[in-house]
Amino acid sequence: MTDNGSPSCLVNVSGVDKVFKRGSEVIHVLGGLDLEIPDGEFLALMGPSGSGKSTLLNLIGGLDRPSEGKVEVGGLRIDKLSDRKLAGWRARHVGLVFQFYNLMPVLSAQRNVELPLLLTKLSKSERKKRAAIALDIVGLSHRAGHFPRQLSGGEQQRTGIARAIVTDPTLLLCDEPTGDLDRKSGDEILDLLQALNKEQGKTIIMVTHDVHAADRATRTLHLNKGQLSTEAVD
Amino acid sequence: MKYLYLIFSSLKRKKLRTGLTILSIMVAFILFGYLTAIRQAFDAGVEVAGADRLIVRHKVSIIQLLPQSYEAKIESIDGVDNATHSTWFGGIYQQPTNFFAQMPIVPEELFDMFPEFIVSDEQKAAWLNTRSGVLVGRGLVDRFGWKLGDRIPINANIWRKKDGGRTWEFDLVAIYDGAEKGTDTSQFWIRYDFFDETRAIGAGLVGWYTVRVSDPDKAAEVAAAIDAEFANSAQETKTEPEGAFIQGFANQIGNIGFIIMSIMSAVFFTILLVAGNTMAYTVRERTNELAVLKAIGFTDLGVLGLVLGESFALTFVGGVLGLGLASMLVSLGDPTNGSFPVFYLPGSELLLGFLLIVVMAFIAGIVPALQAQKLQIADALRR
Repeated sequence: MTDNGSPSCLVNVSGVDKVFKRGSEVIHVLGGLDLEIPDGEFLALMGPSGSGKSTLLNLIGGLDRPSEGKVEVGGLRIDKLSDRKLAGWRARHVGLVFQFYNLMPVLSAQRNVELPLLLTKLSKSERKKRAAIALDIVGLSHRAGHFPRQLSGGEQQRTGIARAIVTDPTLLLCDEPTGDLDRKSGDEILDLLQALNKEQGKTIIMVTHDVHAADRATRTLHLNKGQLSTEAVD
Repeated sequence: MKYLYLIFSSLKRKKLRTGLTILSIMVAFILFGYLTAIRQAFDAGVEVAGADRLIVRHKVSIIQLLPQSYEAKIESIDGVDNATHSTWFGGIYQQPTNFFAQMPIVPEELFDMFPEFIVSDEQKAAWLNTRSGVLVGRGLVDRFGWKLGDRIPINANIWRKKDGGRTWEFDLVAIYDGAEKGTDTSQFWIRYDFFDETRAIGAGLVGWYTVRVSDPDKAAEVAAAIDAEFANSAQETKTEPEGAFIQGFANQIGNIGFIIMSIMSAVFFTILLVAGNTMAYTVRERTNELAVLKAIGFTDLGVLGLVLGESFALTFVGGVLGLGLASMLVSLGDPTNGSFPVFYLPGSELLLGFLLIVVMAFIAGIVPALQAQKLQIADALRR
């Protein structure tokens, strides 16, 4: 069952299949999936393990390609782009937040946040300035010079969010952003994501197992056996 | 340039491993630099040997003497410009470890035959006016801290004096510098007339002749003509180009160039394995990070460039340190304390060293870089 969004659709996934091959075994993860996400939505994707949530997120973020079907973001068929152009598209339009933060351990928080800006033509001072703004938004200005090992889990995830928003991307994709955090830290992260959505109009797609986290979204969809529905399947 | 901090930061990830790898590369290039200087020392005489000069020696052995009367006959041969003779003095200064070559020669003929020896007119005149005077190379003067006017005693193993004594005393009246970097400035030239009048034995006999030919292209013909002149005589000759004559001495020890090349090849191959292993580990343990870089927008080529950049940074630091230290060690001087006529690291070999740094970095880093380039983001992020 598909869900039709408002007419101003940012993401349009149509007839998407995704098949993985593991040796001689063929695994169908997504089958004929359709999805429309309007601009400014905060969408939560839930489902059991192996249901294809992260796979769908990867397809929308241009980290993987569908076996069949099309993926459109902002009117652009990203599934048709070359690898090089897709990388460039991701750099400009996608911000990624990972479950395990995936910060560079040898770089300070400031330098981690600057990483996506290295792909732009901004000067060194401009990069530094924008990274500082992003860290300020997530409330970590005072920890800019600290390394990931010196930050708590919540602080590392906030640094990850700062890195994701520093280029002012079209889409924010979050894969289990609170999965490795305690309740308090997780709530802080969800507060931040909600603020980015409500106050800055960021379109956010969040994969989560946590119903509590999903409640923060404006819409929740459930993925099961490669199909979407608005209701959870037991 | 903006990626440099990213590259160098990655090297700080495992400081011990990076440090040890840099140390290995540094040692390899120290060996390269120092062994190259040693090889150069063996080859230097050959390189600056005159293309238009021949050496005429006794056919049986260099230690057999030739008559001084041969000089006029050699100079009368077609193709010969001029000739001069030298003899091995073989004395000892203070102790046997203070080895250096001492050779009697006719002063006027030396300046004509060896234009690469640069001497002031004043000192030339001083040597010509002092029978016991010697002309000494700058390298030798610096080695013993001599100065003009010093009296230098040499204990002769071979040439006893007519008065029965073995200690010859010479006056340092002239110093020569080399026109080229590879010119041997370790020699001690004695006036032949003083030597011949003072020695108790061997009057009128000399060690070998140095011959200048008018046309270097005809050197082989002239050499044959010289040997033919003295064929079937009591002292037959063997004539060869100066370079070949000098090479012959080095070859007595062994094929130095081949030995050094073999050592260096083994060293560089081993270090290549070390550097390559380091880079392979670096990429393997950072699969997830490299995937994140790709995820946020770094292209496949960009990631390849970063990994290759790390390999270059690692090898460059070690290599430059190694070449620098090698240059410093070489500048401390001849490790044999005088056996080498020259001892330095040529600029061309330093350039070769830099080229080797680049090649080594590329070979060590290219396979891990290609692996990084081919990483599939979605798969790699799961690792």
